Amino acid sequence: MTTTTAAPAGTGRPRTSGFAGLGALTRSELRLFLRDRAGAVATLLFPTVLLVVLGLIPSFKEPVTPGGPRLIDLYVPIMVAMVLAVSAVQALPAVVATYREQGVLRRMRTTPVRPQTLLLAITATMLGVTLVSTILVLLVARLAFGVPLPQDLAAYLVTLVLLGGAVYGLGLLVAAVAPSGRTGNAIGTVLFFPLMFFGGLWLPRDVMPEVLRTISDYTPLGAGAGALQAAAAGSWPQLLHLGVLLAWTVLTGLLATRLFRWE
Amino acid sequence: MAVIEVNGLQKRYGEHLAVADVSFEVQEGEIFGVLGPNGAGKTTTVECIEGLRVPDGGTIRVLGLDPQRDVTELRRVLGVQLQDSKLPERMTVAEAVSLYSSFYDDPADGDALVDRLGLTRRRDTRFGKLSGGQQQRLAIVLALLGRPRVAVLDELTTGLDPQSRRNTWELVEQVRDDGVTVVLVTHFMEEAERLCDRIALIDAGKVVAIDTPSGLVERTRAPQVIRFRPSEPVDEALLRGLPEVTSVVQRDGRVEITGTGDVLATVTTALAQRRIVAAELRVTQPRLDDAFVALTGEGIR
Repeated sequence: MTTTTAAPAGTGRPRTSGFAGLGALTRSELRLFLRDRAGAVATLLFPTVLLVVLGLIPSFKEPVTPGGPRLIDLYVPIMVAMVLAVSAVQALPAVVATYREQGVLRRMRTTPVRPQTLLLAITATMLGVTLVSTILVLLVARLAFGVPLPQDLAAYLVTLVLLGGAVYGLGLLVAAVAPSGRTGNAIGTVLFFPLMFFGGLWLPRDVMPEVLRTISDYTPLGAGAGALQAAAAGSWPQLLHLGVLLAWTVLTGLLATRLFRWE
Repeated sequence: MAVIEVNGLQKRYGEHLAVADVSFEVQEGEIFGVLGPNGAGKTTTVECIEGLRVPDGGTIRVLGLDPQRDVTELRRVLGVQLQDSKLPERMTVAEAVSLYSSFYDDPADGDALVDRLGLTRRRDTRFGKLSGGQQQRLAIVLALLGRPRVAVLDELTTGLDPQSRRNTWELVEQVRDDGVTVVLVTHFMEEAERLCDRIALIDAGKVVAIDTPSGLVERTRAPQVIRFRPSEPVDEALLRGLPEVTSVVQRDGRVEITGTGDVLATVTTALAQRRIVAAELRVTQPRLDDAFVALTGEGIR
C-alpha cells in the first residue's frame, strides 16, 4: 500500500444548497412537455376549445336570472378553475408517479441535486403551462363572447394562488400515494370528476340546489370557482371560500410531505 | 487507506433481515467486488453506502463521510450507477448528459465519456428508443460525469452483449487507472475474476469471505483434476502415495488424478523421475465459480 493520503472529501468547495439545478431542470421539463406535441396542444387548448363550444350554444348567452350574469359569464371562472385542476390532479401525479416508478427520482437522489428540486421543476412547468392556458381562456372569453376581464385583479390573483395551492397540494398527495404512473393518472381522473362537479362544470353553483351548493363551498373547486366568480365580478371573495382553500392547501400539503416516498 | 469502511451493517425490511452483519473496507484505488447470489443483500449493502437507505445498525464511512449525515458532501465524491433506473423517455442522450453535467461544479468531459461508451451516434436518440445496453451505458456515463473519487456500479454489465461487456470492463479499468476507487456489484464470475482486486462474498446478508479472486479459489480447496495418457503403465500406489493426491482412476490407458494444492508439480515430478511422459496432459483448475459454490453452498445462475 502506498502512503498517499486522501484529503477529506469536498473540502474547500462551494456548497450548493437549496434548489441548485432548478433552472436547468425546469428548462428540461418544459422541453419534454412540449416535445409531446399532442399532449401539449391538448393541455394548452382544451379549456379554450370547451369554452368556445359552450359559448356557441345560444342559451349560454341568456342571463340566468333576469338582469343577472349570463351562463357563459358563470362558466369562465369554472374553466379557469378547471385548467388548474387538470394540471394539478391529472398531469402532475402522472409525471411524478412515472418518474418514481422508473427510478428517475431515485437517480436524482444520487446527484448533488435534491430530488425535491425536480418536483419543484415539474410543478413550475405545469404552473407555467396553466398560466398560458388561463390567459388564453380569459382572452377568448373577452374577445369572442364579451365576458369582462376580472374586475378585481388583486382578489383574482390571490384566489388563483390559493386555489393553485389547494389543487397542487391535492395533486402532490395523489403523486405521493400512487405506486405507478398509470394508477396516478387513474386516481387523478377519478378525483377530477367529483371535484369539477362541485366546481360547477355541469351545474354552475348559482343554479345548484341549496344542499349541493353548501357541500360545494367546502370543496377546493367549489370554493375556488365561487371565489373567482366574486373576484371577476369585482368584489372580494367570501372569507369562507378563501379559508376553505387555505385549509385544503395546508392539509394536503402536510399529508403529501408526510406520505411522499422517493421510491 | 480505506476509502470505504463498513462496520457491522444491518438492514431489515419488516420481518426480513436483508443485511444481517456486513463489514469490509475498500482501499483507495482498488476495484472491490461485491459478489453473491440473488437476494444475498448486495444491493441493499451498496444502497446504504450510497445513502439511499438508512441502516438499522452498524456504521458506514465513505472518505470519512457518514452517508446519512453528510449526504450533500457525499453526492460530490460518489458516482452511482443504479440497477434499473431510467430517464424520462423523451429525453435524448445529449440532453441527459448536459443536464446531469450542470449538477456538478467541475464536470467531466461529457462528449469524451459518451464517445468512450460508444454512444456518439446515439447522441440525439431519445432514451426510450435506446436499446437496454445503450441505456445501461448512458447510466455509466452519468455516474462518471461528476468526476467521482468513488464509483459504485451495480450490475454494471447486465444486459450488455459480450462485446460491450468487454469494452465496459476496459473502461472500468481506465477509470481505476485515473485514480477512482470502484465498488462493483456483480453476479458475473468472469467479470469479478477479471476486474476485481478483492471480493467480498456475501450470502444471506453476511460476509462469507473477503479475499483476492485467486485467494478465494485457494481457500475453498476445491480439487484440481489432472488427466493424461502415460507413456507406460504407472504404479497407482506410487501416485496415491503423493501427499496432494486424493484419488487416482486408471481406465483405457488414461489416468485421472484428483488433488489439491501443488498437485500438478508433484505428479509431473514423480512421473519425470520414472521417465514417464504424460501425453495429452489436461488440468482442470477450480475457478471462482467453484469457490462461490463451495463457500455459499449454491450456484448463481
